[in-house]
Amino acid sequence: MTVAQDPAAPVAVPVQPDQARIARRERLRLLGRSPTFLIGCLLAGIWVVCALFGPLIAPHSPEFPDVLNKLVGPSGEHFFGTDRLGRDVLSRVIVGARAVLIVAPLATLLGTVLGTALGLITGYYRGIVDEVIMRVVDAVLAVPLIIIALLAIVALGPSRVTLILVIGFVFAPIIAKTVRAAVLGEAQLEYVQAARLRNERSPYVMFAEILPNVMGPVIVEFTVRLGYAIFAVATLSFLGFGADPSIPDWGQDISQHYQFISGGVWWPVLFPSLAIATLIVGINLIADAIAATFER
Amino acid sequence: MARFLLKRLGLATITLFLLTIIVFFGAQVLPGNVARRILGGFADQRAVDNLNHQLGTDRPLLTQYWDWITSFFRGDLGLSLSYHVPVSSLIGNALEHSLKLAAFAFIMVVPLAIFGGVVAALKRDSIVDRVITLAGLSLAVVPEFVTGILLILVFGLWLGIFPVSANAPPGSDVLVQLKYLFLPALTLVILLFGYIARITRAGTIEALDADYTRTAVLKGMPRRTVIKRHVLRNSLLPTIAVVATQTGYLIGGLVVIETLFNYPGMGRLIFTAASQKDFPLLESAVLIVGIVYLVATLLADVAYSLLNPRIRYATAE
Repeated sequence: MTVAQDPAAPVAVPVQPDQARIARRERLRLLGRSPTFLIGCLLAGIWVVCALFGPLIAPHSPEFPDVLNKLVGPSGEHFFGTDRLGRDVLSRVIVGARAVLIVAPLATLLGTVLGTALGLITGYYRGIVDEVIMRVVDAVLAVPLIIIALLAIVALGPSRVTLILVIGFVFAPIIAKTVRAAVLGEAQLEYVQAARLRNERSPYVMFAEILPNVMGPVIVEFTVRLGYAIFAVATLSFLGFGADPSIPDWGQDISQHYQFISGGVWWPVLFPSLAIATLIVGINLIADAIAATFER
Repeated sequence: MARFLLKRLGLATITLFLLTIIVFFGAQVLPGNVARRILGGFADQRAVDNLNHQLGTDRPLLTQYWDWITSFFRGDLGLSLSYHVPVSSLIGNALEHSLKLAAFAFIMVVPLAIFGGVVAALKRDSIVDRVITLAGLSLAVVPEFVTGILLILVFGLWLGIFPVSANAPPGSDVLVQLKYLFLPALTLVILLFGYIARITRAGTIEALDADYTRTAVLKGMPRRTVIKRHVLRNSLLPTIAVVATQTGYLIGGLVVIETLFNYPGMGRLIFTAASQKDFPLLESAVLIVGIVYLVATLLADVAYSLLNPRIRYATAE
């Protein structure tokens, strides 16, 4: 968020630094008033707190198997009941936030950094570089994320690093496409021409001049992609390709218990499902609100 | 028009070529040693060498790629490692099942989402609009297995109106089959509704704001006629073309939905191939999914340009 705070900012920047600061403060004020944003923060915030302090909040150990009380419904002792090994579902839901909230943001960050760089380069140089990269982008987009991820995880073996790399690399071209479109609009503007006439080097023009002016789409893209990353991480762990089978994980807990549904056992699947749904909807409301402030 | 088509076709071919490289490298090159990945770290080195020889994965990469790609387009997809039958027979059957499920979902979602989008656009910025737009988008971002589980709990367990599995007993009639397919199809409907409704809403709003609509209103035409004749005609046809580009989403969703509902389609086949490390099956299935997507996008592009001459002429130049 250190947009345009460079003290040596060249005169030709279209938005003056103090003007940019005012615009930013205005956007933050709008966000603070947006019910969409506040509800989103509340929903996502609960899970962020759980991810940070999970083991302190959880009423029981998420790992302790109470073998005498397997698959017992919700009660005063276990608010969300117990699972097939007699573990406390509530505690597993609370601690499970960590699994998804480590991988998804890191993957999104990787994708955003790579994608922004790629978008700046393709949008700035255009021509053959642009054509080649955009064709690769289309090819990657032709296969759904989950399927590419399956392919790569089978090839590389499941691990946290694999998940982050795969999701990051798939997101990069998608983000690049958006950033590229924004850069194409900027590259024609006077301040870019001015910087070129001053004989600034291309990397400087791209990253110091154009980048601060396309931060809006980049931030929006980051929040939207974060939602999709959580979607992907949860789905992959549901399919049994999660990062680490030994730690509590929502998707994995659901996949290990949905066979019990026909026997009337709903609690070990319902609560992790609601956790995933609320987290993703929360992130999405935040993304929606942020996008709305940039559209003004 | 011919030039436009040729250009589109050319681009699609290049994309397809790149796609084969991505799939090939993903499945054959990344693992390093395919047989080692299949047999595991403790397997005897001789067994690994043998399997590599048998699979042909000990040959130079370029030869492997060339062999794979030429036999693929000759229709020879190789043998599945886990089922020990030709991959093509597995894929043909699975595609048919998936198409059935997808068609059922599309038949439900397209009218529903278009209706939702048009209503949202006509009541722009009202509560109705906010609810349709936000609820639609929120539902679209919830993973399919979560929506699927919730639907199973509500309709299968608590209300008990729909079966939990997607497989009707063999020999049952179409209505019974549809009843079994309803929950998986509804999961897809929920996934796709938000996006299609949003496109429809945007298209309708654009048409509502257009000069020709204002002219029609100022002429004194009744609102109903204006909407039917000027607004919808301009907003809906492109929407339907854009819907075709949703097939990618759809297929990704099928992997999860078919696994959850235990339905023998393309998605579950890909899932099984991935869990069994069945590389020949996985490669072919993924490539076919990519091709289906490319063809659908190509058809959508063509349909869109047929309906909208502006695009056609702009790109032909």
